[in-house]
Amino acid sequence: MSSYQELTARQRIPAMFDAGSFEEFLPPSERVASPHLAQLDAPVSFDDGVVVGRGKLDGKLVFGAAQEGGFMGGAVGEVHGAKLVGMLRRAIDENAHAVLLLLESGGVRLHEANAGLIAVSEVMRAMLDVRAAGIPVVAVVGGANGCFGGMGIAARCANTVIMSEEGRLAMSGPEVIETANGVEEFDSRDRALVWRTTGGKHRYLLGDCQVLVADESDAFRAAAIAAIAELRGGEVRLTLEGLLAEQAMLARRLQDTEGLQEPMDVWKQLGVPEPARVPMLEADAFLDMVAQYRATTGAP
Amino acid sequence: MDWQLLTTQLFPGGHDIVERDNFLSGTAQVDGQPVAVIGTTGHTPIGIEIALAQAQAILKTVQEHPGRPILILVDTQGQRLRHRDEMLGINSYMAHLGKCVDLARRQGHTVIGLVYDQALSGGFITSGLIASACYALPQSTIRVMGLPAMARITKVPEERLTELARDNPVFAPGPENYLRMGGLHGIWEGDLAGQLVRALGDATDEDRRMALGLERGGRLLAQPVAEAVRSGGHVRAA
Repeated sequence: MSSYQELTARQRIPAMFDAGSFEEFLPPSERVASPHLAQLDAPVSFDDGVVVGRGKLDGKLVFGAAQEGGFMGGAVGEVHGAKLVGMLRRAIDENAHAVLLLLESGGVRLHEANAGLIAVSEVMRAMLDVRAAGIPVVAVVGGANGCFGGMGIAARCANTVIMSEEGRLAMSGPEVIETANGVEEFDSRDRALVWRTTGGKHRYLLGDCQVLVADESDAFRAAAIAAIAELRGGEVRLTLEGLLAEQAMLARRLQDTEGLQEPMDVWKQLGVPEPARVPMLEADAFLDMVAQYRATTGAP
Repeated sequence: MDWQLLTTQLFPGGHDIVERDNFLSGTAQVDGQPVAVIGTTGHTPIGIEIALAQAQAILKTVQEHPGRPILILVDTQGQRLRHRDEMLGINSYMAHLGKCVDLARRQGHTVIGLVYDQALSGGFITSGLIASACYALPQSTIRVMGLPAMARITKVPEERLTELARDNPVFAPGPENYLRMGGLHGIWEGDLAGQLVRALGDATDEDRRMALGLERGGRLLAQPVAEAVRSGGHVRAA
């Protein structure tokens, strides 16, 4: 059993896709790097921090990407974003069975600020174009850098989000909030609080992540295969009914948590009997304990 | 610009837009046709409540007025930077808003974004930036993040960022940089009402922003890279 979190993007691809099946588009040998980093004396990478391509997953043609958290935190710059968009458009051209996004990103790459912001919005639209073509999009969040900023939003544009407990999914990082509103608002050094607020278990309980697995690459792969099979049997496009159900879930969440500040109180409000035990549980024991309490849209 | 002055100029045919806790909503007459208007004002941060309110207004338009064009008026200092918003999944609220805009677009509603004052990052990415087309007023500012927070995260000294922000299109906050990069379709000066009518007529379904960025010289690599990935070709030196 190997930890998914500890793998690099280039190790995650073969861990998730069928052995030897993945073909990378615009590989590092093409030497396409960011045009913006030199002016900040920042190093470049010949894949700009993301691997994109197509391969087989359980024998099916699946397009995919893996963001490299070790390069600028997986943040999206002009080239990084364009590679994702090109891959997503090609997935439609070639009628992919599904798209699998292995996300690990701080969001917009601030070194390319404006170009990065537009790029992330293009990625979101391209993801929704894939769904509109009837192709399921699955996002995996289990890297050490989490999935933040615009990519935290993009993850929630996928049909299914698969996380490990160690994965983190949010928008503004704790450091940003602490800088803006003080350590009393959010103590970014309080690791336990950071995980309670952004970690996989919390996201699963709220209904923002649909599948929680242990931090093992085999478990992520099996979950991705299962999620794609399930999605192929249903509606993956955005629908009015689906969004009305999501609207209701998000409205209910606001109502039910009024005045609450601590994630454990949110779990308690959901009905979880011993919220203090949640952080200590292994994935399977956690899933057993909370199955009946987690919030859902009641629709895919 | 004040939203009331703005809407007077945009809608000479009249409107019933009201403000509630910095959230704008209503209907306006444009060229004799009703247009749904939603938006924010007072540079308000986009927290979970106001993101959800905007989403609800869009879904209601899709339900009750199929095909009616939607105008999103953008004025925000960005996503709200509070622990509670993060705890409750502000990224999901933002994504929900973006998906509602996307659904509206695909169901035949032309959606136009207009940055009439400030636009920042998270408050903008699932409103104006996911519309069919986005425009701005010349005096508006659009940026990703304040420079002090940016300096802390990038470890680039704030003085250096301030210097770069003066004239580098990637860092400078003016709308003309977003125009050159393709993030904006145009900047409206003069007859705002006329420009809105034209924008509603010009809007297309396709996301052409990379191509615009290349044509206008502000984003030279995005389009060639996306095209090379899509076609299996190479990136020609720009």
